[in-house]
Amino acid sequence: MDMLASFLPAGVAHHAPVLIVVVPLIAAAVAAFMPRGVMAWSVALATSVIVAILAFGLLGQVGAHGVVSYDVGGWAPPHGIEIRLDRLNVPILLLLGVLGVLSLIYALPSVADEIAKKQQALFYSAFLVCFSGLIGVTIAGDAFNVFVFLEISSIATYTIIAMGVGKDRRALTASYNYLVLGTIGATFFVIGVGFLYMATGTLNMADMAAVLEQNGHNRVTQAAFAFIVVGLGLKAAMFPLHVWLPNAYAFAPNFVTAFLASTATKVAFYALVRFVFSIFHPDVAFVSMSFTWLFAVVGVIAMMVASVQAVFQTDARRLLAYSSVAQVGYMMLGLGMGTAAGLSAGLLHLMNHALMKGALFMALGAFALNFGVRRVKDLAGLGKTMPASAMAFTVAGLSLVGVPLTVGFTSKWYLVTAALERGWWWAVAALMISSLLALAYVARLLAAIWMENPPSHHGEVAQRRLAPWMVLVPMLILAAANVYFFFHADPLVGLAQAAADAVMGGR
Amino acid sequence: MIEAFYDVSPAWPVIIGGLIAAAIPHHLVRKGLALLAPILAGLLWFNVPSGGHVGGVFELGGFVLETFRFDGLSRIWGLIFIIAAFINGLYGFHEKDRVADAAGLIYAGAGLGAVFSGDLLSLFFFWELTAISSVFLIWGSKTQAAFKAGLRYLAIHVLSGVMLLAGAVIHASETGSWAFDNSLSVDTLGGLLIFLAFGIKCAFPFMHNWLQDAYPKATVTGAVVLSAFTTKLAVYALARGYAGTDILIWIGAIMTAFPVFFAVVENDLRKVLSYSLNNQLGFMVVGVGVGTELAINGAAAHAFVHIIYKALLFMSMGAVLHRVGTVKASELGGLFKSMPVTAVFCIIGGAAISAFPLFSGFVAKAMTLAAVAHEHHYLVWLILLFASAGVLEHSGIKIPYFAFFSHDRGHRVREAPANMLMAMGVAALLCLYLGWPDMFGIPGGYRALYNLTPYPEVANAYPMWTFDHVVGQMQLLMAALFAFAFLVRMKWYPDEKRSVNLDFDWVYRRAFDGLARWGFAMFGRLWSSIGNLLDGVRTRLGGRLFQTFSPMGALSRDIPSGLLAIWTSALLAIVLLIAYLAP
Repeated sequence: MDMLASFLPAGVAHHAPVLIVVVPLIAAAVAAFMPRGVMAWSVALATSVIVAILAFGLLGQVGAHGVVSYDVGGWAPPHGIEIRLDRLNVPILLLLGVLGVLSLIYALPSVADEIAKKQQALFYSAFLVCFSGLIGVTIAGDAFNVFVFLEISSIATYTIIAMGVGKDRRALTASYNYLVLGTIGATFFVIGVGFLYMATGTLNMADMAAVLEQNGHNRVTQAAFAFIVVGLGLKAAMFPLHVWLPNAYAFAPNFVTAFLASTATKVAFYALVRFVFSIFHPDVAFVSMSFTWLFAVVGVIAMMVASVQAVFQTDARRLLAYSSVAQVGYMMLGLGMGTAAGLSAGLLHLMNHALMKGALFMALGAFALNFGVRRVKDLAGLGKTMPASAMAFTVAGLSLVGVPLTVGFTSKWYLVTAALERGWWWAVAALMISSLLALAYVARLLAAIWMENPPSHHGEVAQRRLAPWMVLVPMLILAAANVYFFFHADPLVGLAQAAADAVMGGR
Repeated sequence: MIEAFYDVSPAWPVIIGGLIAAAIPHHLVRKGLALLAPILAGLLWFNVPSGGHVGGVFELGGFVLETFRFDGLSRIWGLIFIIAAFINGLYGFHEKDRVADAAGLIYAGAGLGAVFSGDLLSLFFFWELTAISSVFLIWGSKTQAAFKAGLRYLAIHVLSGVMLLAGAVIHASETGSWAFDNSLSVDTLGGLLIFLAFGIKCAFPFMHNWLQDAYPKATVTGAVVLSAFTTKLAVYALARGYAGTDILIWIGAIMTAFPVFFAVVENDLRKVLSYSLNNQLGFMVVGVGVGTELAINGAAAHAFVHIIYKALLFMSMGAVLHRVGTVKASELGGLFKSMPVTAVFCIIGGAAISAFPLFSGFVAKAMTLAAVAHEHHYLVWLILLFASAGVLEHSGIKIPYFAFFSHDRGHRVREAPANMLMAMGVAALLCLYLGWPDMFGIPGGYRALYNLTPYPEVANAYPMWTFDHVVGQMQLLMAALFAFAFLVRMKWYPDEKRSVNLDFDWVYRRAFDGLARWGFAMFGRLWSSIGNLLDGVRTRLGGRLFQTFSPMGALSRDIPSGLLAIWTSALLAIVLLIAYLAP
């Protein structure tokens, strides 16, 4: 930690909180003017590397000081804009940085295959806007800027999802649907923030929490709570507000799916945790009641229904998208327990899920890149034709089920422990059943990949074809991480527990 | 006694040998590993002081795992698993199948690992490893039927593992201990789940179908390997956790009795052996259920000798299958001319399983029976006696008779390969040695077995070779033999020209007064109607689910965004309602 805190030059270190969001924004403009896709890609990759380095630096600073507060432009809050980093959002920032680098390495061959040459530079530019928006949501210290960055990231997301149109025209309707729903969600959120501003007279989140603690709650803050929960819940794909997600993930370019699946809903989930735990108080009656009767219930329903939906899907990416909805259900369940153990289990699952889904969607992208396959039955024989990618897919798939020796087991373990601590037997049962359902849908994919023969055309069997190394390397890194962090669970578990402790604050 | 190795469970050389074998293309090297790994494991076993020892303790993610608990109970099971692994390696020496070699070793190693596990988490790990590695031995047959049976086998064993884990979690949360010892009880939810998990692996009645389903479909060597580990591991687990649980006495009694009927009417001789395996397990389960020191000794000794003679029988049938290509009773006969040595070994195995005096089954079974009688479970004792007679009928006589004698079908094949004969020879020698009485002041081979049992002093104090025992057992066996011979004679003469085998089948059924036939038919009917019911539910429910959840289904169709907006408002209303209702 000490090493991490001090490796940045002092000037950079001091301004790191603002650089991490400004650099991608500026880079987005630079990338837009690049004449060729590869050059825009280089800009984007360099940006993501910088972001990752800054994120590690900030992790070190937060480790050393607990909270890092930065006043943008030297204007102190409550009038100025504050950037605030603590143990809750720094892991999310790290996740964004690392997965940003990995998925951008992956992007070059994948995007070259899926996006028209003329649009590639603009595509990377839009991606960088989305990237910076997600970072902004994560680090913003005041509620209104959370909204602003949420909109920045969302609008860019609609664009890059729609760019899947080159392979499938349905990307347009998927993006449009997401746009309508995302806008509703953002509107709900900003209405909620407005109510909070009325009730507290401040937009700074730390101030809001202080004022609310002092003045107590009334109908206005309750309405604010409802609007914010629904608005952010929609962004986080909380059941039943997830309906935008399966199509968006299924028809977006593969690189976009891999990146969004491992980051976007996670950031929204973080914002939800920030509001529900830090600003509202888990001890407040209506908040704690909503834990039990909303988050836990909705989480369990998602774990069941979305898993069953996944079992019956025919499109491989849609299948995994429904599985993502189910996994969000796990996190919601962890949140709904309302204890430090539950929240840390949910956050741990958030990080682990990013590792699994990143690898899984990357592998599906590799399959699509080499053979153009998208449906489950078309995966037949890929174990023989693309063994390395198929191995990565298998490891991550087993992790998704929660097989021991993978991180999926670790986070489910912590969830079960937390549920037992709370005395929620039904939640343990739901976890078990949902894991069995996950086994069912993952087994469908794995059976097609390993047990069936490669297709043949006029008696000529499909040949082995290696994915490009830029696709393989990040995918294998993520798959290996799924196993590595089982044996070395401490770093991730430590981050999750520190985050939960910071936000529960010994309450 | 090298202390450096006190922490190394004998499971590791075998598992690692299996992993290496999976990577080695040269089959002689693999075979070397298959023989060397059990020998290494055996050295590790002998290296540990026999007084008791807990080693290989390490911590993983906050849990303390004990991988090498060596005490009276795990000692005997560990040794027999090592011996079985060695015999299996010898028996499969001629096979050139990389997957089967690796799977066989990993499976044996996992069995050893489970036996030496001191806590429920390590037990779970090895428990699942046995299931996953052993399924490849079934799939090795490469037939569609074997593949499907393997999938069913895998499903039920993974279920067993999941129940074990769930039970362990509940148990640990209630007691705060992950230790795998006799603190388990069927009266708590966690204990009951673990009990059922063990029960599945132990093939309790109504949970037994996987056994007769899968084992006969395995490869020649696969069936031999499978017969040794899975179910005996379950008996060990029961003895460790549930010794003295009364319900086990009745479960075991039913297990000894009901397979007799099925075994007698079955045509596939390897399936007959599978049923008789179930019957033998019943004896051990009864012993565990009685739970006295003598009874546990009986169960342990029985498991020890049983693994050897059951493997011997499976090996002899495997040799027949290898040479002739079938083990259907109706297609075999007269093989003793072409495979005399195999026939002798098979008869030794049959004599051992029927508990003839001087063979190993006798000294083990007698202890269980004595313990049952000593605790005054007379009805159970009678059932066991009946089952003993049944064992003689279907395993002791039917197997050798139909395969090697009976009507000559004209198969003229070569004797089994040398390595198979060697493996069978080792097993047959052990069958004889372990049943050998004290003679001329020289302690007999059975003393070696008794000294291995968990409570050697109790075992050695037990008067085994009394006049009563020997004569009583001989009376039972002779009566059963006479009944068999009598019926054969009666039906032999009138009907010589017709297929003798079918006549025997008919005789058999008459001998049991139609009971077997009736039971078989009833069971079949019940089974098929349950199957129909389940099928109906599945297709109807599956159809419903598909209609609801598939991409065309109501819940997964693309819904217009207007409707989604209403959903959003509905959820908002719910949250507001919760906030409104909150105190």
